[in-house]
Amino acid sequence: MSSVVSPIREHLVTNGKTHHDVTEDICRHVEAKPTKEWKIAFTICLIILVYGTFWVLRTWWEGLGVWGLNKTVGWAWDITNFVWWVGIGHAGTLISAILLLFRQKWRTSVNRAAEAMTIFAVICAASFIVMHMGRPWLAYWALPFPNTFGSLWVNFNSPLVWDVFAISTYFSVSCLFWYIGMVPDLATIRDRATGIRKTIYGILSLGWTGGAKTWARYEDVSLILSGLSTPLVLSVHTIVSFDFATSVIPGWHTTIFPPYFVAGAIFSGFAMVQNLMLITRVVYKLEDYITLEHISLMNKIITLTGSIVGIAYITEFFIAAYSGVEYEKYAFLNRATGPLWWSYAAMMTCNVLSPQVFWSAKLRKNIVLSFVIAVIVNIGMWFERFVIIVTSLHRDYLPSSWTYFTPRMGDIGDYVFSFGLFGTLFLLFSKFLPVINMAEVKAVLKSSSERKPGDKH
Amino acid sequence: MEDTNKRYWKGIEELKNDINVVKNADKEFNFDEIEGGTYRRDFLKVLGFGMAAVSLAACDAPVRHTIPYLNKPVDVEPGIPNYYASSYVQGGDYASILVKTVEGRPIKIEGNSLSTISKGCLSAQVHGSLLSLYDNDRLRTPQKKGKEISWSSLDKEVMAGLSSASNIRIVSNTILSPTFKKVIGDFATKYPSAKLVQYDASSAYPLVQANEKSFGKAAIPDYKFENADVIVGINADFLGAWISPLEYNAGWVTNRKVSSAKEGKKAMSRHYHYEPTMTLTGANADYRGRYKPSQEGLLVANLYNKVSEKLGQGSPLAVQKADFEFLDKCAADLVKSGARSLIVIGSSDVSTLVLVNALNALLGTVGTTIDFGNTVNYRQGNDAEMAQFVADLNSGTVDAVIFVDANPVYDHLAGPEIEKGLKKAKLSVAISDRADETASNCTYIALNTHFLENWGDANPKTGYYSLIQPTISNIFKSRQPEASILKWSGSDTAYHYYLKSNWQSNILGGKSWTQALHDGVHELGAAPVAGASFIGNIQEAAAQATAKKGNGLELHVFENTTIGTGKNANNPWLQETPDPISKVTWENTAAFSLKTATELGIAQGDWVKVSAGSTSVELPVLIQPGQPDGTVAIARGYGRTKAGKAGNVGVDVLPLLRGAKGAGNFWADGIQVEKTKSGYTLAQTQTHETYMGRKAVVQETILSEYVKNVKAGRFEPKIATSEGPKRPNTITMWNGHEKKNHSWGMVIDLNTCTGCAACVVSCQAENNIPVVGKAEVARAREMHWVRIDRYYSSDAPRETGYNPNGYKAMEVASDNPEVIFQPMMCQHCSNAPCETVCPVLATTHSSEGLNQMTYNRCVGTRYCANNCPYKVRRFNWFKYFENDDFDYAFNNELGRMVINPEVTVRSRGVIEKCSMCVQRIQAGKLVAKKEKRPLKDGDIKLACSSSCPTGCITFGDMNDPESEISKLLAHEKEGRAFHMLEEINVQPQLSYLVKVRNKDKEDSKVV
Repeated sequence: MSSVVSPIREHLVTNGKTHHDVTEDICRHVEAKPTKEWKIAFTICLIILVYGTFWVLRTWWEGLGVWGLNKTVGWAWDITNFVWWVGIGHAGTLISAILLLFRQKWRTSVNRAAEAMTIFAVICAASFIVMHMGRPWLAYWALPFPNTFGSLWVNFNSPLVWDVFAISTYFSVSCLFWYIGMVPDLATIRDRATGIRKTIYGILSLGWTGGAKTWARYEDVSLILSGLSTPLVLSVHTIVSFDFATSVIPGWHTTIFPPYFVAGAIFSGFAMVQNLMLITRVVYKLEDYITLEHISLMNKIITLTGSIVGIAYITEFFIAAYSGVEYEKYAFLNRATGPLWWSYAAMMTCNVLSPQVFWSAKLRKNIVLSFVIAVIVNIGMWFERFVIIVTSLHRDYLPSSWTYFTPRMGDIGDYVFSFGLFGTLFLLFSKFLPVINMAEVKAVLKSSSERKPGDKH
Repeated sequence: MEDTNKRYWKGIEELKNDINVVKNADKEFNFDEIEGGTYRRDFLKVLGFGMAAVSLAACDAPVRHTIPYLNKPVDVEPGIPNYYASSYVQGGDYASILVKTVEGRPIKIEGNSLSTISKGCLSAQVHGSLLSLYDNDRLRTPQKKGKEISWSSLDKEVMAGLSSASNIRIVSNTILSPTFKKVIGDFATKYPSAKLVQYDASSAYPLVQANEKSFGKAAIPDYKFENADVIVGINADFLGAWISPLEYNAGWVTNRKVSSAKEGKKAMSRHYHYEPTMTLTGANADYRGRYKPSQEGLLVANLYNKVSEKLGQGSPLAVQKADFEFLDKCAADLVKSGARSLIVIGSSDVSTLVLVNALNALLGTVGTTIDFGNTVNYRQGNDAEMAQFVADLNSGTVDAVIFVDANPVYDHLAGPEIEKGLKKAKLSVAISDRADETASNCTYIALNTHFLENWGDANPKTGYYSLIQPTISNIFKSRQPEASILKWSGSDTAYHYYLKSNWQSNILGGKSWTQALHDGVHELGAAPVAGASFIGNIQEAAAQATAKKGNGLELHVFENTTIGTGKNANNPWLQETPDPISKVTWENTAAFSLKTATELGIAQGDWVKVSAGSTSVELPVLIQPGQPDGTVAIARGYGRTKAGKAGNVGVDVLPLLRGAKGAGNFWADGIQVEKTKSGYTLAQTQTHETYMGRKAVVQETILSEYVKNVKAGRFEPKIATSEGPKRPNTITMWNGHEKKNHSWGMVIDLNTCTGCAACVVSCQAENNIPVVGKAEVARAREMHWVRIDRYYSSDAPRETGYNPNGYKAMEVASDNPEVIFQPMMCQHCSNAPCETVCPVLATTHSSEGLNQMTYNRCVGTRYCANNCPYKVRRFNWFKYFENDDFDYAFNNELGRMVINPEVTVRSRGVIEKCSMCVQRIQAGKLVAKKEKRPLKDGDIKLACSSSCPTGCITFGDMNDPESEISKLLAHEKEGRAFHMLEEINVQPQLSYLVKVRNKDKEDSKVV
């Protein structure tokens, strides 16, 4: 077989995997009984979810007073978690949409899991939107639906309404993209399955035939959806940043927020994908599909976006000083040196300093370090949102209202809930759906596999 | 039009004029024809009934006693409030009030503007007293040894006991009521051994004694602050707690108001204040000096010497020379103003008081600002008689004692002895509304009423009479003290008639009883101002006053504005009202200066054991700027043990005074302090003390600058634009709101706001604001719609750059700071940041300039609260009514009677905030509409503005050029008026007026 492998590019699939090997390696996890590791992981996630659900129910039953918020700090962990989860989701869309448009072939092994992560992350984020409301049972009032409550309508001036549109659009497009991309693989599983599984996967695969026409349409749809999703990568977090940027609160009222938030979102999202990938790689023994080259590429993007947010942090400070506005100046100085300085220090260390280790090619391919840095980056990005939200609010215009924020068990419990939910959903996904896009990996096998020409199929 | 005579018919029968058709012509559907059987419509009816019957049977619907009036009382219109004039009398505290009742239920206390004493203003305590009516901890029936007893048996047993008693005492706080005194006279006729003993928890007996020694007049004169150009207060919190604060507020503020109008007044009195802890009055003084309690006599003597030296009159006192802050300046100013000065002192030492009297006499103020022609009756307590009573009780000579609404076991220094002695009395009766510290030691509790259930009267000062009328029938099986004493003296007359006949024969002088009852007050007018000549021995007084030397740490015990002596401690409104100075709620603290605390190794957040001799109390530490070094100040009135659920908080400090031997009445020396624990959060509503040099927030100036330029102290920011710097209000992206009819606004004069918190409680009562309790206040979740921001000055230079240490230094208050109070409520911004961000339009702008909140549309995102630059929006973190976690008034049926039916009780999860009393605005407009006339300025009064004792809040329609607010703004717009945070151009409907201090430039801390 004539090969077009570039001599300078690393292989994307190692160890001479054939098309059949790919099918076997990926489908095995869907078809076999759950492994012991999966069971353990699932049990842990379920326990976390149940504990978290207890706190969510308590929050709903008793009121938001179970959180640590106060008259001055009206948002803290709730919106921090919301922005954090939405941000994490961005990597999935970026990988599947933008990298598809740029014809980045290395995305094939990671895009499925990344898209699933997007969806689950958006679900977690949405749960905080609902949770943070004083009367969550009326959450649907934020939708512009015809009603008989009088001439009541939503306030299109409110960034929260923009959020509702942004997040719901994002969620539906992401779901669609993920599902359409999965259809050929679902058909593969259907073809190998028997009994009730065959019926279920049969329904899910939408009568996929694998004909040339079908493939051509599939490619077209994928391209259109990636075209649709691409602006979403930028718009969703831009709109989320408007929640803050359009306000009058010093530290929030900042024009740099849209690009800064998008970069931060991609940063944290890639870190999360990295974490999930590394776990899946080990647990599902997918070392040949998620290679060191993948990890290295991810690390490069993490370093790049980490540096972008670093510049944003410094720019904010500069602009605050340059503006000459006393409240702005104080707000930023207070971030770094005020009572919550430790959160600012955590943010700076985790987000700006820690990814710089990846300037070393050797360290970029160090799996343990990659995992640790990815975790650190996500901690840092959580702190970034916390810093923006809480340190701006807790000392704003009138010193008489200045307070401090101390989380209570409700804050922690509800955050834990989102981890339980995310973990549970992700594990269910990894058990019942193909975690790697078989069809696309097979498509790059020819060009990027380590397989030597002449090896038997 | 041409009549076509065309006729339509519904069927052939109608055309034929069938008899049945004619008969049923008026019925649309004729079911009479269809008889028997169940048809479609009937089926539905039966089904519906069946469903209803089943569901009705399934639930046991609670019986609601909502019964329409069979015969409507003449004055009661459902939904229309009635106002009755009455009086608030609590011991010697007095205010003339109007009680707003809705369907026979008092829901608000307002000031009675017909009274020349309280002039329509009220204090926080008076507003709060309404809630005590619905106090669930009140007893329901009279009691004997903790068990229910009927009134008839109680009366029989008590009268039997009284008849056999040989030595009867009636112990009471000051009795202002002339009729009650007559009743007691009758009682004494029947029981000749009976004697009335009056005492006051905050006694002014030393003052009376000193006046007798100095002027030969055993009375408290009328202090005329309005006649004073220089006021020197020494430990007399006359704006907050001393004798008659409401009256003194009105007098004090007369010379504190300035106007930027061309011919407006630009003079102010100068107020010096010396005190051993920061009080409301000290915080409002122009010059505030500190002293240790033991130095009181020394301070007065030194001031006397300086004044007499400057005047060249009087003989110098042979006392040690001591230096106090601003004392030279104070003496010079006193000399300059001469007779138009006033020195008041809240000392418990007779000789010091005599010295002050001598100083006043030296300056000639007696007869100008001190009026012996009119004396006040607020404090009639006689400490000597009380001491005699305690001795007699313990020696067993007193065998029957009746406590009339008095609780000396708790609030008198001899409390424990009284408790012990009570066991020796054969008959002990407490006329009390609860089994408090005293009543629980008595055999009988003759259940007392709340004053809103009473008939009564008061004679607060010479020539002033006031009536009390019931505004609700007795809620429990209670009887007012006057009626009980009347009954026990053998009379069967109802007290109402007794009162009326007494007034008609002795007080009214032929005037109409009905009119007096309607007005609430009956004023004969003040007698001419009279002086008195000083006859005291000044050298002897000076020697005695300066004889006391304090050693070590000194303790100062004071009363705060909200809780006072603890009589009304069981009042969640008052407990949750932050102390005007410390902003602490629900407890008292041990206040230290930063320096002393550092020396003692303690800090805020610690608890300390404060010991005097062998007794000690444990309480949290407060770092109080302005506290003299080497002292600790603790408020009394806390630490009740039998007040009730809300009242049993804090620590009783009186045991410390009892333990300390040899010191004055309300101070002690040789105090030991020991840290016991740390990591405690005080329930403070404001934790940051300084205003960080933010000139857009706090704007102040000094009088000499203001005289030169009425805009002195104004901060007028400009925004850089391409066309050069511009005022913020000229740059906007908004179109503004049209305010065609009214434009409601408020102007708050920072110069006259004393921070007394009367508006806070008034607003709480008017707007059904829930009480959230200590833990929630500590979490910064209090619900008050109006708060009073209190800022201390800082000695640090104003940092505007990027030096973190500069800002940190600004966070530290001055050692002896200047204080500014700033009432803060919704500013009703025309470019409201909250309105744009609400996703569901729950907060919108009215056509009258109000920022309105639609509770039932709110989904509770709190975005509005975050985006509010003034942080005035409050979120319902929990359900605050019918919730056992918040067991205050809203958690019991009785307490909920206080709810104002005009205002929604907010549910959990919604935002609330100041509505500018929109219900009052609507009611006012409705009245005008019904009377077919335009709304007049003054028709509508807000809960806050109407209660302010200094009238610092002006409310009105800014569209009406004739309104007070428009006239005020007309000249203050180019003078003192400013919008808070002008840079962000939210264009509030509220303006503030710059604070002017009557201080010399070199003493001012304004940066």
